[in-house]
Amino acid sequence: MNQMPDVIRTIPLEFYLYFSTALFAIGVIGVLTRRNAIVIFMCVELMLNAVNLLMVALSSYRSDPNGQIFVFFIMAVAAAEVTVGLAIIVMIYRNIRSTDVQLMNYLKW
Amino acid sequence: MITALLLFWPALAALLVLLIKGEGAKKVAFIATLVEFAIALFATVNFVPDATTQFAIDVPWVERAGIGFSIGMDGISLLMVLLTTFLVPLIVLSSFKHDYKNPHVFYALVLFMQTGLIGVFVAMDAFLFYFFWEVALIPIYFIAAIWGGARRIPVTFKFFVYTIFGSLFMLAAFVYLYFQTAGTELAAHSSNVNAFYQLTMDSATQSWIFWFLFLAFAIKMPVFPFHTWQPDTYTESPTQATMLLAGIMLKMGIYGVIRWLLPVVPLGVSQWADTVLVLSIIGIIYGSVIAIRQHDLKRLIAYSSIAHVGLISAGIFTLNEQGLQGGMIQMLSHGINVVGLFFIIDIIFRRTNTREISNLGGITQTTPALSIVFLILLMGSIALPLTNGFIGEFLLLSGVFQYNYIFGAVAGMTIILAAVYMLRMFQGVMFGTKSEATEGFADLTFHEKAVLIPLVIMVFWIGLFPNTFLSISEPAVGQLLSIINR
Amino acid sequence: MQEVVMPFNNQEMALLCLLVPLLPFIGFLINGLGNRKLPKALVGMLGSGTVLASFLISVYLFIDFTSNGSRPYIVDLYNWFTVGSLEIGFSFMIDQLTLLMLLMVTGIGFLIHVYSAGYMSHDEGYGKFFAYLNLFMFSMLVLVMGSNYVMMFVGWEGVGLCSYLLIGFWNKNHNYNNAAKKAFIMNRIGDLGFLLAIFLIFITFGSVSFPEVFLSASQMSGMTDSGVMIAITMLLFVGAMGKSAQIPLFTWLPDAMAGPTPVSALIHAATMVTAGIYMVLRSNVLYVLAPTTMEFVAIIGLITALVAATIGLAQNDIKKVLAYSTVSQLGFMFLALGVMAFSSSIFHVLTHAFFKALLFLGAGSVIHAMSNEQDIRNMGGLRKWLPITFITFLIGTLAISGIPPFAGFFSKDELLAHVYEHNKLMWVGGLLASFMTAFYMFRLLFLTFFGKFRGTEAQRSHLHESPSSMTIPLIVLAILSTIGGFIGLPAVFSDTHTLGNFLSPIYDLARRANGAAMEAPHIDHATEYMLMGISVVVSLVAITIAYVLYVKKETVPAPEGTRLSPIHNLIYNKYYIDEIYDTVFVRPVMALSTALHRFVDVVVVDGIVNGFGKLVMAFGRVLRQTQSGVTGFYVFVMVASIVLILFLNFFIG
Repeated sequence: MNQMPDVIRTIPLEFYLYFSTALFAIGVIGVLTRRNAIVIFMCVELMLNAVNLLMVALSSYRSDPNGQIFVFFIMAVAAAEVTVGLAIIVMIYRNIRSTDVQLMNYLKW
Repeated sequence: MITALLLFWPALAALLVLLIKGEGAKKVAFIATLVEFAIALFATVNFVPDATTQFAIDVPWVERAGIGFSIGMDGISLLMVLLTTFLVPLIVLSSFKHDYKNPHVFYALVLFMQTGLIGVFVAMDAFLFYFFWEVALIPIYFIAAIWGGARRIPVTFKFFVYTIFGSLFMLAAFVYLYFQTAGTELAAHSSNVNAFYQLTMDSATQSWIFWFLFLAFAIKMPVFPFHTWQPDTYTESPTQATMLLAGIMLKMGIYGVIRWLLPVVPLGVSQWADTVLVLSIIGIIYGSVIAIRQHDLKRLIAYSSIAHVGLISAGIFTLNEQGLQGGMIQMLSHGINVVGLFFIIDIIFRRTNTREISNLGGITQTTPALSIVFLILLMGSIALPLTNGFIGEFLLLSGVFQYNYIFGAVAGMTIILAAVYMLRMFQGVMFGTKSEATEGFADLTFHEKAVLIPLVIMVFWIGLFPNTFLSISEPAVGQLLSIINR
Repeated sequence: MQEVVMPFNNQEMALLCLLVPLLPFIGFLINGLGNRKLPKALVGMLGSGTVLASFLISVYLFIDFTSNGSRPYIVDLYNWFTVGSLEIGFSFMIDQLTLLMLLMVTGIGFLIHVYSAGYMSHDEGYGKFFAYLNLFMFSMLVLVMGSNYVMMFVGWEGVGLCSYLLIGFWNKNHNYNNAAKKAFIMNRIGDLGFLLAIFLIFITFGSVSFPEVFLSASQMSGMTDSGVMIAITMLLFVGAMGKSAQIPLFTWLPDAMAGPTPVSALIHAATMVTAGIYMVLRSNVLYVLAPTTMEFVAIIGLITALVAATIGLAQNDIKKVLAYSTVSQLGFMFLALGVMAFSSSIFHVLTHAFFKALLFLGAGSVIHAMSNEQDIRNMGGLRKWLPITFITFLIGTLAISGIPPFAGFFSKDELLAHVYEHNKLMWVGGLLASFMTAFYMFRLLFLTFFGKFRGTEAQRSHLHESPSSMTIPLIVLAILSTIGGFIGLPAVFSDTHTLGNFLSPIYDLARRANGAAMEAPHIDHATEYMLMGISVVVSLVAITIAYVLYVKKETVPAPEGTRLSPIHNLIYNKYYIDEIYDTVFVRPVMALSTALHRFVDVVVVDGIVNGFGKLVMAFGRVLRQTQSGVTGFYVFVMVASIVLILFLNFFIG
């Protein structure tokens, strides 16, 4: 607990919380409202990063490195996910000449 | 070690068979099943006829949870293993003249099925039992759904869903029972069979657990009114699958009752035994009466099977030694007879392309060997003395009669009704004048005799020297009864 | 049943006992497996030879038994099956009754085998026929030798199977097959009774072995006419009704005439059908403890005797007449059992076996000569062509009609004397039945052998006396039918009733159990002469009427399709009993079968199962509306749900 650098304390934890909540909310709203797959995808990334930010902040305030280690993993996975996700979107675009998610309602029985 | 060998050898052989493309697969599968039978015989020779579980292996599986990979055989298991290992080679051999597509897959599935069946009979842990119970279902589903008749898809789907539906109740009951058990220093609970046997619960609890377990077993057997998957499935499945279903798989349900129901919830059993007996006896009459007017041979035997199983179920729920021992011997007999009868139907179908009694007739004129074998198996099924069926039905009816005179008398109607439908079938198929379909009907070939003669030998062996088998299961049954009456 | 049954250690005798049923069984195996390959001569030799060997062994056993103080013994082969306290041994018992049955079964069996060698010589199923006959001999011998009820049941069902196979021997014809099936099923109804009786015996006495059961039955106090004794004996009697064709289970026997004639002689006249009497006699200890059942047995026997005799009056098929006369005679035997005249009953079994086998074989000879014609309306005057058959048939007819000194006279007279002692009304009924018997038997004889030949020219040209393999058994049986009665001379002629004395020890336990019931009737000689005289006169009157009608007036029964008087019509159609059974039992079961299958099974039971499936599908159809496939909607629902959960958690949790 005592090794926490002072510089971090200059911004209180609440601020991180508010900020990442806002970021997350923007992401959610983006996912819900936008129809362009790439924008939705970016909004998902936004949500992901909101969580990452929160984890890093809490990890620092609690002097527990576990959180930051998790974040590294998440970033690695996210990178992989972006690769796959974008590839899928590209494939979709090639097939239907659009990235509008409303046009992709095949996921039903 | 022998038990593990028995259990895993068919699975290994199945993997081997999968690698062999083409016709070689059936030969390898046949040899593998023969080896399996030899192992079972070896186990029988080394079996000490007492009540203990022998050749036992108990290694931790999910150690923390007290779930063990616990297998072994007592007399009851051994008889069932013998039945399975005896019938499967014959079932494989019976398919030699069939040209199934992808034979390597077919025979691999049969062998996997055997592992599942053996597993059910040797598992001494509730979850292991459940595991094998479901494992046995999967291969038979594929066999029936891939190589079956025209209506195979809906019929096998229904069969699969229906049996799974029952099994889940059993799983729920097992989970509940598991949480009632006392554990060891390693784990809080245990799913070992002995831990289940030591449970003491009030009769209200036992009552609902009884129904959860019974539902699963009743659907598998099947007991009236849970039987409706059965005639369709028997009819639509390829004959080898029907043999597996009727000859062995049906016994899983009865075995389940003997091992996992009667000793676990004795109070539940004593509350509901009357109900089950009534259901079983209704099944006897119901199956027999319906069988009288069936015109499709397979369907006829399917309904007769309901009647026979009804009697076994009635017998074991009387909880007296004659009923239980009769049930054991009748399971063997029914397996042997029904496999033989289905094979004969298969022979007739392959030569005439029909299973309709009205299209057949006069076969006996050109086929002395087939007539003799058919008649012997038929007499076995209608319980003529000195054949296997008599010993079983005599003991079962005696058990039921001791339980309740009226039940015994009504259940005894089976010996009349069985004669009615079996003789009607025999007469329609074998006697009379030749029909268009049966013109030039050839007698048994060498390989058909190779399947049927061992069955006929067993018909008389059990009929004349039933003590060979009764003495194997007697101590185990005695112990079971003492657990039930604890 | 005597009290003491010796344990038996003599290996050689045990082997001999085993050989008695085993030899025919070996014959069955060889003939059955070698079916179409063995030469006919060998098949016939083997079939008859094994039975002859059994007969000779039986004779030896008989001599050995009587010369060694007549002590019954048990030959234990092995323990068949054991479950708990139920122990069934595969074992044989030799006592007076068994020996008597053995001699009768193997002796007559041998003669009929020899006869069959001639009768069936033109049949393609020659080997099969002998195989079945040998199997029958095996089963019948197990039946009479078995030392416990289960062993008896083994033989009991075994003879049922053979009867089935032999009735349907010519299996191309479905009428024959139906007759065979009917016989088997009706027998099975009886068998169920027998089986239940075995269970009840086991529950009551803790054993099914004859010596133990009878000993404990005779020692239990207060068993006389107790519910359980009545139940046991009644159930056993149900078995006997099926096997011995008593009302209401008798309709299979006339139909069973579909089988080859030697079969009718062996199975459906001389041996198998008397198994019911053997069984009651064997269980005499149990029966004397249940007088109520005995009364019932007597009544059933009497009714059967009367009903079958009336039907016999109007039949035109030579074998059917004999079949109804068999049913009627079996009724007599049960009547005798019912009045506790056990020895008279078995005496009648014996003499009946002689003369009825003779009559059937004679009928077979006639049918053989007539190129398979069985209708007596198309016969007549055959005595010219078939002299030996005629004479032997005449002897048989005289014997069955109760004319002295032929065998039937003594047995029937003794039997009726006991009935007279028991109940005068029953005696009148018996006399009436015996009057009808004499009438229809002589009607048969006159129509067949007297008058003018009424068959076709083709038949006439083929008429011939049967070969010696057929006539010799006829002659032997005729001799037996003539002198067979002298083993049981009535008290007025002789002090020693040979048969009665020989059998007497088997009632020892019965006497102890219920001495009052077992007391021999005391009939003074005057009454006995009177009874004898009456029954002879009655028979002679019947014969005279038949003679006047069918020889003097040359009446021939009306051809098929003629209008008959109502009563004649009724008995001609066998009281419509088959039709009644068909309406009351067969059709309802068939209808039930269809209804259960089409409606209950497919619609109701399976409907419920499928209903569950449909219910799930219906839910699915509703719920699938939410699966629009639009990802945005899914995400919205997800977020909304999360918000809702958080919200609830915050305010409520």
